[in-house]
Amino acid sequence: MSKFPENGLPENGLPENELNDDESVAPAASIASVPTEAQRLSDGEWHRLHPATPLLRGGIALLAIIGVIVVNARDFFIETLFNSRNEFDPFTQLAESGFLIPAVLIVLAVLILSVLGFYFSWRMHTFRITDELVEVRSGILFRTNRRGRLDRIQGINISRPLFARLFGAAKLEVNVAGQDANVELSYLGSRGADNLRRAILQLASGTRAVEATEAAEATEAATSRDGGLIEQRVNEFLAPEFDPDAAPPESVVRIRIPRLIGSLVLSDATLIALAVAIGIIVMISVTGEYFWLFAFLPGVLGLFGYFFARLTRSLRYSIASTEDGIRVGYGLLSTTNETLPPGRIHAVEVSQPLLWRPAGWWEIKINTASQASSSGQAIAKTTLLPVGDIDDVHRVLQLILPSLSDDESRVLLEAGLAACANDDGYVTSPKRAAALRWFSWRRNGFVMISDAVALRKGSIWRSLVLVPQARVQSVSMAEGPLLRRMRLAELQVHTVAGPISATIGAVDRTDVIAFFTEVSRAAVQSASVDTSHRWRSGSAQRTPITASEAAEEVPLKVAIAETEAADTALDTALDKALDADVAESSSVASARPATDNPEATS
Amino acid sequence: MTERLDLPDTEWRGVSRKYVVVDVVGLIIFGLIVAAATSIPTLITGIEWLAAIPVSLGIIFLINILLTPRRVRAIGYMLRADDLVFRRGLMFRRVVAVPYGRMQLVDINRGPLDRAVGLSELKLVTAAASTGVAIPGLPAQVAEELRDTLVALAESRRAGL
Repeated sequence: MSKFPENGLPENGLPENELNDDESVAPAASIASVPTEAQRLSDGEWHRLHPATPLLRGGIALLAIIGVIVVNARDFFIETLFNSRNEFDPFTQLAESGFLIPAVLIVLAVLILSVLGFYFSWRMHTFRITDELVEVRSGILFRTNRRGRLDRIQGINISRPLFARLFGAAKLEVNVAGQDANVELSYLGSRGADNLRRAILQLASGTRAVEATEAAEATEAATSRDGGLIEQRVNEFLAPEFDPDAAPPESVVRIRIPRLIGSLVLSDATLIALAVAIGIIVMISVTGEYFWLFAFLPGVLGLFGYFFARLTRSLRYSIASTEDGIRVGYGLLSTTNETLPPGRIHAVEVSQPLLWRPAGWWEIKINTASQASSSGQAIAKTTLLPVGDIDDVHRVLQLILPSLSDDESRVLLEAGLAACANDDGYVTSPKRAAALRWFSWRRNGFVMISDAVALRKGSIWRSLVLVPQARVQSVSMAEGPLLRRMRLAELQVHTVAGPISATIGAVDRTDVIAFFTEVSRAAVQSASVDTSHRWRSGSAQRTPITASEAAEEVPLKVAIAETEAADTALDTALDKALDADVAESSSVASARPATDNPEATS
Repeated sequence: MTERLDLPDTEWRGVSRKYVVVDVVGLIIFGLIVAAATSIPTLITGIEWLAAIPVSLGIIFLINILLTPRRVRAIGYMLRADDLVFRRGLMFRRVVAVPYGRMQLVDINRGPLDRAVGLSELKLVTAAASTGVAIPGLPAQVAEELRDTLVALAESRRAGL
């Protein structure tokens, strides 16, 4: 640790010494040290959430209850004055039974307790962002402590529900791999959330902390020259994105309202709805009983839920690339803004529901390692492009799989979406597979496009599944008695759980064996050169350094590229430190100089 | 009948012959339970043709038991330079390749029957649920050595998700 002051690093940039402080120090003591004004949220110190948080997290319901009680009490008071008591009024009943005063006291006590509860839960809810992790502590009696590792971030989500937007607050979610594995910071100031997201992404990308804080300072200076509070709030409300320099210039895809409505009306859900409606009508006309209407009620509700999720996902939709990955935004009144760092997309499916074909529309879905358990959120999370034409599809694919942007890949991608063609590079099912794939055997096939495995399926419901080689978890081939007799086999590329299953069946056995060998070899090779978990340091490119910065910290800034070896060394050390207990975390400190030294000398 | 799906030029490592015993005993127990459960309707109602269900299930189990030695011989695994390949199945053949760097966990499971004959099952877990590789019938010693090898290999080739 003693090496760091010589390097001229500020103490807040290096929070290793804090890695072990939290469990040993009493909560009260560490909370007392939280600065009241959260200037820079990412400096590694403990911070509190937005002051309006208690109100936004359920305080509004409390206010409503108080309101109802007050209104009732007022009625009771007026009625007592005029001697016209309503017998069914709860206050009247209480007054007559003589329990009015204890009841009022109990209600008051509950109110005071819950207000205190909200206040203290806000006081005890603190978070910090250090070089390696984001950590949240919360709870009054039952303390929770959640840590997420920054290099394992799968996505950062900023959502602004309508109410929170009125207060200028936003919710920031840091997603890591797993079911509902997110570190949620709700709520933060809107601008604070944007700065924090950039800072987290910068820390996660492998840029060093000093620069991240400098960048945060710069944006703060840039954004703090706004006018008064009202004006500022109005500006925030109107602008979906508040970081003009980090925000991408333009969304590459725009969904116009007619197309959006058309896509919903023509979706497969409509087909199902029609079938159900016909079913109801037939049942009613046959049996003459109207209760069949109620039998289908859950289905109808589910359908509306689905439409609603699709609609909210698509209104004011935008997608663009930033240097920290793709940013997808949507929502009209409650907005959501998700950032997916590079290499976090495990599988992509471009598909076309049957009724969309005349219009030439496509939909893009993705698998990510971080899953939401509620179905509405899951739809929103996994649908990357709700509807778009073929040009939109190519633009989005270029964003998410940049390695597929050369001409050769484009030809293959187009062939993957086209009706069918012979000799288009895809290895397709033989003619004898027509018994199993009646219409699609000419289309059913696979190919390797640049560094992604591409599976082309379906003739009526067309789809193209793309799995980046570096994200392949494992690969399998299988056959049953029927396929064996037909000398066919099935190939499956395993990815993390999600709506996409990369399986292709009924392909000639020798082709499958060859492709299996190719994919399993390519997966290993791509994974070994993949550096997307530290996406900026891997490319050895950095944002240019301004003259003033360079003048201030010459010795450190000389070296830019982090060598891969150093990166892995740090990684392993980090792992050990995080996995092992507090006592072990000193190994992080010892690993740090090892990482920094090659930089300083190179 | 054509030959089964397989990787060319592969030297498969088989599993212990004792696993046949484990599998057969397991199948017999399971078959008896299923047959008993499905014959309840016949015993209660007295309708004779309902007995066709337990009888046909019993025949399927019997064929299964007779095929067990061949099925166990079909189980194989191989440690290649960068990945582990696993093969199993007679009628439903499946071949899986798991890169070492992708392994998140290596489990060793031992059921009561396994313990009686000193065998273990080695299970590999990746980030994908569909990987589903479980090598049964490994002698306890071999399983533990294999686990240590795999963990060491996974550590040296570690990749992200």
